[in-house]
Amino acid sequence: MLAQHLPALQVVIPLLAAPLCALFRRGFIGWLIAVAATWLAFAAAIGLLFRVLNEGVISYAMGGWAPPIGIEYRVDLINVFVLVVVSGVGSVIIPFARTGTAARFNDTDQAWFYAMYLLALTGLLGVTITGDAFNIFVFLEISSLASYVMIAMGRDRRALTAAYQYLIMGTVGATFIVIGIGLLWAMTGTLNLADLAQRIPEINDTRPVLAALAFLTVGISLKLALFPLHLWLPNAYAYAPAVTSAFLAGTATKVAIYLFLRFFYTVFGGGGFFESTPLPEMFLVLSVVAMFAASTVAVFQDDVKRMFAYSSVAQIGLITLGISYVSETGLTGAMTHLFNHAIIKAGIFMLLGGVMFRMASVKLEDMAGIGRKMPFTMAGIVILGLALIGTPGTSGFISKWWIVLAALEKDQWWLVALILLASLITMLYVGRIVEVAYFREPSAKAADVREAPLAMLIPAYVLVIATIYFGLDTQWSVGLAQRAAADLLAGIY
Amino acid sequence: MTEILADLNYWVTIFLMIGGLYIITAHGNMIKKLVGLGIFQTSVYLLFLSPGKVLGGTAPIIAPGFELYSNPLPHVLILTAIVVGVATIALGLALVVRIHEAYGTIEDDEVQEMEAD
Repeated sequence: MLAQHLPALQVVIPLLAAPLCALFRRGFIGWLIAVAATWLAFAAAIGLLFRVLNEGVISYAMGGWAPPIGIEYRVDLINVFVLVVVSGVGSVIIPFARTGTAARFNDTDQAWFYAMYLLALTGLLGVTITGDAFNIFVFLEISSLASYVMIAMGRDRRALTAAYQYLIMGTVGATFIVIGIGLLWAMTGTLNLADLAQRIPEINDTRPVLAALAFLTVGISLKLALFPLHLWLPNAYAYAPAVTSAFLAGTATKVAIYLFLRFFYTVFGGGGFFESTPLPEMFLVLSVVAMFAASTVAVFQDDVKRMFAYSSVAQIGLITLGISYVSETGLTGAMTHLFNHAIIKAGIFMLLGGVMFRMASVKLEDMAGIGRKMPFTMAGIVILGLALIGTPGTSGFISKWWIVLAALEKDQWWLVALILLASLITMLYVGRIVEVAYFREPSAKAADVREAPLAMLIPAYVLVIATIYFGLDTQWSVGLAQRAAADLLAGIY
Repeated sequence: MTEILADLNYWVTIFLMIGGLYIITAHGNMIKKLVGLGIFQTSVYLLFLSPGKVLGGTAPIIAPGFELYSNPLPHVLILTAIVVGVATIALGLALVVRIHEAYGTIEDDEVQEMEAD
C-alpha cells in the first residue's frame, strides 16, 4: 500500500514538512522535522531504487488522473539514480546544518531556513521524478526560489547581490525552458514527456521544434552553469551559508544535468538531432573550454570557497564532456561523475563550513598553518581534493577513467591529453591549499583555532569515506550508471 | 498586412520577449531589471494562451447547443505561471530592499564598485 505510493511520497514528505518547520518557529524543532523529512525522503528514494531494479519502470498517475492527460510520475533507472544522489546528499547535510545555523540565526530565522531547505529539496526531487514537462518548470521554480532565499542568508552583504544576480539569471533560464516547453506543446498538443518523445520524430524538421530545442538548450545550460552561462555560480556558492553551498553544489546543478539528459536523449532522442545539428560538437568545445578556463581562474582565487566554486564549473564541464560523446561509455562516465562529484563537492563545502565556523573566514591567507590546528578538517579537504584531481583510490579517478575511455573509443588522443592537462591545473589549486595550510606558520587568525565541532565533522566524514569507498567498490555507482546509460541511448535509436 | 495581423499575437509575444530581455541587460537599476523580467515572463503567458484559442469555439463548459470549445489547458498552466511570476518578482523586490539597506544604492555599477574594495 505504502510502497505503491512511494513516487508521490518522495515529493510530498519534504513539501509538507516545510510549512511545519515554519509554523513551529523554533530552530530545534524545525531541525528535527528537517532531519526526519530528509531521511524519510532518502528512504523513499532507496525504496524506489529497489522497486525499479525489481519491476522496471514505474508509472504513477498523480491524483488518480491517468496519463497523458493527468500528471504522470515516471520513475526509471535514470531518474531514480539522481533521486538517490539528491536525497542522499540532502540527508547528510541536515545533521551538519544544526551547529552553524544555531550559532548565527535567531529561532524564527532558523525555522525558516529549514523550511527553505526542504522546499528546495522538494523542488529538485519533483523535477527529477515527474514525467510532465510543465510540472518540471513549476518544481524548478520552487527549488530556485527557495535557493535564492538560502543564498541571501549568507553572512556577507555580497550574498544579497549574489542572490539577486542568480534570481535574474535563474528566472531568465527557467523562462527559456518554459518557452521551449510551450513551443513543443503547441506543436504536439501534449506535455507528457513519453508522449512528446513519440510525436517529435514526425515533426523533427519544423522550425518551432528547432526553436524549442534552442530555447531548452540555453535555458538548461544556464541552470547547470555550463560555460559561458556560469556567471551566477561563483558568487552564489562563495557568499552563501555553508549549508546552502554544500546543498546547491551537491544537488542543484546535478538535477539540471539530469534535465539535460532527459530532454536531449529521451524527449528529443528519436528526432536525430545529434546528427542533424552540431549539438555534440558545441558541447564538446564548451566543456573543454569550461574545464580549462574555470580551473585556471580557480588557481588565482584568494577565497577558498570561490576557488571551489570555479572548480565546480570545471567539473560540470567534465560531466558535459562525457555527455557530448553520445556513447554508452561517455554517458556512464558522466552519470558516475554526477554521482561522485555531488559527494566530493558537498563534502568540501561542509568542511569549509567548519573552517568558517571557527575562523569566520575562508581566505587563503587566513588558512595558513591550520593543517596543525584543524587536522581532521584539513585531512578531509585533502582527500576530497585528491578525488577532484582524479587520484587512483578515490571515486574521482573512476569517473575520469570512464570519460577518458570514451575519448579513446573515438580515437581522440588529443582529448585525453586535454583531460589530463586539466587535471594538472586542478592539482595546482588543490596544491596551493595544501602548501598554505600545512607548510606555513599559522596566521594571526589561525593562532588559537580549534578543530571543528564533531557535529560538523562527522557528516562531512560520511562523504569523505563515501568518496574512498566508491573509489574501491564501483558496483553501485558505475554499475547503475552503466545501466542508466544504456537506457538513455535506447531513446536515440 | 493581413498575414501580419493573423499572427498578431505572436508578433506581440516576440516584441515583449525581446523588449524584456533588452531591459534586463541594458539597465543598471535593479528595480528596472525586475520590470524587464516581468515583461519577459508576460510574453510567455501570451505564447501559451494564443494557440489555445479555437476560432469560433466557446468557453470550455459543457452545455447543450455548443459543439466547439477552446482548449482550457493553457489557462490552467498560465495561472500557475502567473503565481510563479508573482513570487519571483516579490522575492526580487525584497532582495532589492535588503541590498538598498546594505549598500545604500540599487545601481548595479555602484554596488559593484563598492564590492571591489
